[in-house]
Amino acid sequence: MKPVLLIDFGSTYTKVTAVDVDAPRLLGTANSYTTVQTDINNGLADALSRLEARTGKLDYSERYACSSAAGGLRMLASGLVPELTAEAAKTASLGAGAKVLKTYAFKLTEDDAEEIKALSPDIFLLVGGTDGGNSDCITHNARVLKEIGGSWPIILAGNRNAARECERILEGREVHICENVMPKFGTLNIEPTQREIREVFLNNIVKAKGLTKASELISGIMMPTPSAVMAAMKLLAEGTKAQKGMGDLIAVDVGGATTDVYSVAEGLPDDPRTALRGLPEPYIKRTVEGDIGMRYSIRGIIEAAGLERVAETAGLAPERLSRIVDTFAENTDMLPCDDETQRADEALASWAVRVAVTRHAGRLEEIFGLGGLKLVQTGKNLVNVDKFIVTGGSLIHTEHTRDIASYGFYDEEEPESLKPKQCDVLVDRSYIIAAMGLLSKNYPDAALTILKEELKTETR
Amino acid sequence: MEKKTIVIGVIGADVHAVGNQILYHAFSDAGFNVVNLGVMVSQEEFINAAIETNADAILVSSLYGQGELDCRGLREKCDEAGLDHILLYVGGNIVIGKQPFEEVEQRFRAMGFDRSYPPGTPPEVDIADLKKDLHIED
Repeated sequence: MKPVLLIDFGSTYTKVTAVDVDAPRLLGTANSYTTVQTDINNGLADALSRLEARTGKLDYSERYACSSAAGGLRMLASGLVPELTAEAAKTASLGAGAKVLKTYAFKLTEDDAEEIKALSPDIFLLVGGTDGGNSDCITHNARVLKEIGGSWPIILAGNRNAARECERILEGREVHICENVMPKFGTLNIEPTQREIREVFLNNIVKAKGLTKASELISGIMMPTPSAVMAAMKLLAEGTKAQKGMGDLIAVDVGGATTDVYSVAEGLPDDPRTALRGLPEPYIKRTVEGDIGMRYSIRGIIEAAGLERVAETAGLAPERLSRIVDTFAENTDMLPCDDETQRADEALASWAVRVAVTRHAGRLEEIFGLGGLKLVQTGKNLVNVDKFIVTGGSLIHTEHTRDIASYGFYDEEEPESLKPKQCDVLVDRSYIIAAMGLLSKNYPDAALTILKEELKTETR
Repeated sequence: MEKKTIVIGVIGADVHAVGNQILYHAFSDAGFNVVNLGVMVSQEEFINAAIETNADAILVSSLYGQGELDCRGLREKCDEAGLDHILLYVGGNIVIGKQPFEEVEQRFRAMGFDRSYPPGTPPEVDIADLKKDLHIED
């Protein structure tokens, strides 16, 4: 036996997972409260003693960790045109596992400057202009950032012709120059920026967030938790040399404050004559809905889906649902405690899935012109994806997981939304996805075996 | 000399791709940095592309007769987006029916287009005009 320990420092819980990589299997999981305010090791020690009670004493050969503690990797980004470089900046940051507090477009204003100062991000991603294109905006924004002051690092990934000038403007600040996120019009080049974000996270953020105290215990690999989730989903889809993967998939994590959606798929049109619009889509895409969550952002679900519709799903009167929503919003650690709150919780989760997956998926428009019918696709076509992975308390602690997940499927009444048509629903009941993403860096086969074993298909 | 950047594409719900592709090659060969938006391009897409790439001119093609409708308001939106004095050209079958081209040209000039071209104009003509308007010497 060769036991390996995986640690996930979450915003609320520190989760520990023990696995055997020799004969790949899950040995046990446990959690405790995250204690980042005092000493992060206290919560970790607590979780580890609980784990030991379950697994017996283990002599770990390696320990890896990911973290979304202390607010996660808090980023701000600014670009030029909202649909172009600003969108590219956001996509790059989300794909690197960041929590994007806000994305700015065009020239930063005085109000923006005040807001940026108040938000004081962990990293600022400054982009804008294609190579040889607009440089006014990015140099103006560099001047605004210089003016704001602060010590957070700035990653510069805009028009390469303006990079050195921006660097001069920002003299005295920690600046990392990267390749342009949009070197040519309509092309996306986000990997270099994502690598840089990960580097800065490792070198600066881990230290600043009081996570270094734990680092003596950790053999290496420290990443933001969403990056670990993405690594796990990529592994599950693609497989390894020795094992087949599951193919294209979607994963939805319905949390208390946000709902994250991941897709691993090219997402190209079914009909090759379909015209593609908008930015090219990354093969592994992550979107985060900051207004859709089961407690802190519960009102966002009602706002997006409509009280009447959610009430109908729950089989409750709108007034009754409204009161339950208020109670959940005020008591963010409250779990459903009777039939009505359970039904409300499940209906809210269903619509959270529906709204988040609809926003993540692409759209197909039919345009009638003189040349007849023409199809135009924006975003990813996920209609043929057949694996739907779900996690998050409201989906794990219920028997109706498949029903809730099916709200994220293709709907004939909304055929323009390119959501998956027929899916197996797999549920992460033991909450191991992030841990397996960490493990996948050095033990991809063990991680894949355990993922396939632990993600249970819901048969309803 | 630094290459001048131009944005080209076919406006509206128009799917005529061939002529636009010929223009792309002709302008590239003539030494321009060409941002080709392809067919079915909206006014907003022309403008967004011109902003990011800091373009010197937008060349709009229209071949299905709806050009006048599709082009209306483009100059105003350019002004609104801060693309002051960007050159706007339009060409193709930009109107329906047999109309004297001088009248068509006048109408498009009133809409803010610097130059308009009748059907069958060889690319060399617009290339020469563009070089003149952008003060490029051969």
